[in-house]
Amino acid sequence: MATYYHRAVQDIKDKGFLSAVTIITIALSVLIVSVFALFFTNANNAMNYWEKGVRIIAYLKPGISQKNFPDIKRKIQGIYGVQDVNFISKKEALKRLKEQMKRQSSILMNLNENPLPDAFEIRMIASSQRGEKVEEIAIKIESLPSIEDVEYGQKWLERFTNIFYLFRLTGYAMGCIFFMAAVFIVANTVRLVIHTRREEIEIMRLVGASEKFIRGPFYIESIIHGILGGITGVAALFITFKLISSNIKPDFKYELLNIKFLSPEFYCGIILCSMFVGWLGCYISLKQFLKA
Amino acid sequence: MIDGKDKSSIIQMFHVHKYYGSKKALVDISLNVFKNDFLFISGPSGAGKSTLLRLLYLGEPVSEGQVLVDGMNLSRISRKRIPFLRRKFGIIFQDYKLISTKTVFDNVALVLEALGKKRKVIEKKVRKVLRTVGIEQRINAFPPSLSGGEQQRVAVARAVVGLPKIILADEPTGSLDSNSADIILNLLKGFHSHGGTVIVATHDKELIRKAGGQILYLKQGRLFVPTPI
Repeated sequence: MATYYHRAVQDIKDKGFLSAVTIITIALSVLIVSVFALFFTNANNAMNYWEKGVRIIAYLKPGISQKNFPDIKRKIQGIYGVQDVNFISKKEALKRLKEQMKRQSSILMNLNENPLPDAFEIRMIASSQRGEKVEEIAIKIESLPSIEDVEYGQKWLERFTNIFYLFRLTGYAMGCIFFMAAVFIVANTVRLVIHTRREEIEIMRLVGASEKFIRGPFYIESIIHGILGGITGVAALFITFKLISSNIKPDFKYELLNIKFLSPEFYCGIILCSMFVGWLGCYISLKQFLKA
Repeated sequence: MIDGKDKSSIIQMFHVHKYYGSKKALVDISLNVFKNDFLFISGPSGAGKSTLLRLLYLGEPVSEGQVLVDGMNLSRISRKRIPFLRRKFGIIFQDYKLISTKTVFDNVALVLEALGKKRKVIEKKVRKVLRTVGIEQRINAFPPSLSGGEQQRVAVARAVVGLPKIILADEPTGSLDSNSADIILNLLKGFHSHGGTVIVATHDKELIRKAGGQILYLKQGRLFVPTPI
């Protein structure tokens, strides 16, 4: 094994340019696929975060008497999937609005009367926090006679989900294309190396070298290309990520989206995958061009 | 060889034919080579000498007939076993077949690496064999910088370093001056004196005369009884 490794490393050194081209190609493929993976991971986290915090606001019809509020609350509470129901009076709603608007709250000072309706804020149990479940509960609440309207950010969620699925599909397609491109490049590199070493391989066979002895270094060389390409790709992504994330305002970063880099398991998986790309490219080329 | 009595066979050929399309390269060759024979296969160019040697190490397969090498039937040998067959031979070519991008040391060491020997053992054995063939001082040189005679000595070193049972030499002195040819011949004799079997394909009558070994004559692919020189 040490001999194979020694010969593989020597060959990488001898064919430096060819090796560099292969490693860079794998690195670029890994980088592009990893960018998509990074987007999915963070978008998925954001969706989970949003879904955990999802709530339904049910606005009451004007003129509903305060004595009916407990009854309405009880009816909402009875719907499957509802965890808790809080009453928000129109006065409380205006107060919250003023707090959220901060500097612009002076606009609200000139109101003659409070235009906001009384409302119930409804939280769901964990298993009912997915989009379609939330929508189901919202429809049931909206059908209650005292409720005028419900709001749960469904359009925003739908749009975000659609974009997310579109990107995921594009990511899969790009992943497949770049995987094949990387395999093709590795296979081509191995083919060129076989071609330049044709005479050497023939002599090896004549002196009784086994196929394992002849092929082993090719596999090791390709796997090294794969690993180096994978590491380079992930490193490039990490540097880019750090540069970009350091320019995002802390408020945006922590309050709206907690942007994280890929987990160690994930990028180790990517490096393993690029190692597999090296192996596969080599296997295809040897099968095709190095017949015993 | 053909008339061997007490010695055991190491190579046997039974009614071997070799065709290239409709061209007959070898016709009905039957041959028995014994251990520690020193055998010359002579004949004009194109007579089939090199073809006969190639059949022995499965450089190519026979068209008809059977070949046995040290108990291995070449017609039944699996692809995986071919390297084991070739390790029984040390092969010397007229054009040396050295790897031009590897040093003298690496060219010879290749055989032992293929056998899975340890680095220390390889180092020791290669130096020893290069000393024997008288080329140790060129250990780090690359083949293109060596003379023909030196390259052939490296080829001999590579052929013997793995301690094969048989040396096959295809026109080993074909492109060498008489002095270099004598050195190669002495190296082959040295291998033979240690119990090895040597088969040399050559049309060099002077070499055969000096060596004094047994002779087979090939003409148009047919084997003839030994002829006096």
